[in-house]
Amino acid sequence: MLRARTIKIWYRVHKWTSLVCTIFLLLLCLTGLPLIFYEEIDHLLGNSAESQSLPPGTPAANLDRVVAAGLERFPGEFVQYVIWDDEEPNLIYLALALAPDAPPENNRILALDSRSAAMLNELEFQDGLMPFLWSLHVDLFAGLPGKLFLGSMGLLFVISIVSGVVVYAPFMRRLDFGTVRKEKTPRIKWLDLHNLLGIVTVLWALVVGGTGVINTWADLVIKLWQADQLAELTAPYAGKSRPAELASLDLAVVAARRALPGMSPSFVAYPGSDFSSSHHYAVFMRGDTPLTSKLLTPVLVDAETGGITAVAELPWYVTALLLSQPLHFGDYGGMPMKIIWALLDVVTIIVLGSGVYLWLARRRTPFEARLAEIDSDMLQAAAANLRR
Amino acid sequence: MRKLFAMPVLMAVLSGVGLLSALLGDDIWDVLSWLGLGIPVAVILWFAGLCLAFEKRA
Repeated sequence: MLRARTIKIWYRVHKWTSLVCTIFLLLLCLTGLPLIFYEEIDHLLGNSAESQSLPPGTPAANLDRVVAAGLERFPGEFVQYVIWDDEEPNLIYLALALAPDAPPENNRILALDSRSAAMLNELEFQDGLMPFLWSLHVDLFAGLPGKLFLGSMGLLFVISIVSGVVVYAPFMRRLDFGTVRKEKTPRIKWLDLHNLLGIVTVLWALVVGGTGVINTWADLVIKLWQADQLAELTAPYAGKSRPAELASLDLAVVAARRALPGMSPSFVAYPGSDFSSSHHYAVFMRGDTPLTSKLLTPVLVDAETGGITAVAELPWYVTALLLSQPLHFGDYGGMPMKIIWALLDVVTIIVLGSGVYLWLARRRTPFEARLAEIDSDMLQAAAANLRR
Repeated sequence: MRKLFAMPVLMAVLSGVGLLSALLGDDIWDVLSWLGLGIPVAVILWFAGLCLAFEKRA
């Protein structure tokens, strides 16, 4: 009888964690669906850059020329980041701001051709459909508190999945896998579908849910890194102001490439930006395999002298964040993976929706009767065992 | 218990292979990942599809 009581508790955990998080999870699944295809939709909306058609083998331009070409258009603004496109090596982006340490939310993003240093276009990332869906998905337009709130909903979702697996057992004890009792009431049919869809996608939902929770801590992880490793590495330069005349970015990147052969630059954080000190270029290098291309190694370059001051291995908590991103986005296995990701997302929407339906349909049945239903099943099973 | 969770565990193992393999490599690893994540979706379509087919006949 203790076992029946244990199941009762798990059942309550499943019900209440689900009830609290379902409405937000539905929102996350619905907004997440188009976000899987963010790049493709942006491209369709015309909010993407095409590199120029130049003869193959045209070498990359000097980076200082690329930066100058961008700044020329917007005199008085400052570069905060130089970012390489991770799929199109001929595209390079500049993030400009009104001050070296201005909040990056207000950046202006320019796309340039890395070979000709030609300005291609300015990209929209604050207004429009996709940024709207992104904010709704990431922080409910409420910044860090919004992120942490959605993260706590994600944690409830994870608990709801785990407790759902536990209560799967008593419900499915006497049924074959995948049984859908369509001849009975709609409630029983949807209960079976809820169980089938939920249990088949359980690991995917746990991974996407869990990595989503980790992603909500991104701001905190970065703050921790700034206070921890970045502060430690740049301690001898603490209090130094931003150099009036910056050393060559091109030479800084050449030095970083030489320090880490086989790796290529992912982005450079300029002095004063969130990812560097006021006195350094932080050149973030990535590896050349699918896994290591997601991981980064910062090379700190003195922005006054152009000399390397540190090559750092990122701490485990930043690496965990970097690995959580692809596992949440589903963007690391080409278009077929994105389509499967979208299908799994739709399955999750059905599981969430049927869960609400089951709760509404069962509310009409007294709670004791519902538990008795499980209990009587268990008693029958126990009796059958004794007879054997 | 073994019978009850045999298929769920198989589905979880397939999903796990699917989630990891595309991180480990390209080409064949990508294909393995599509299979690992795609088979569970196909299993759902199969059983839920059976349900719909029976409904139509009834």
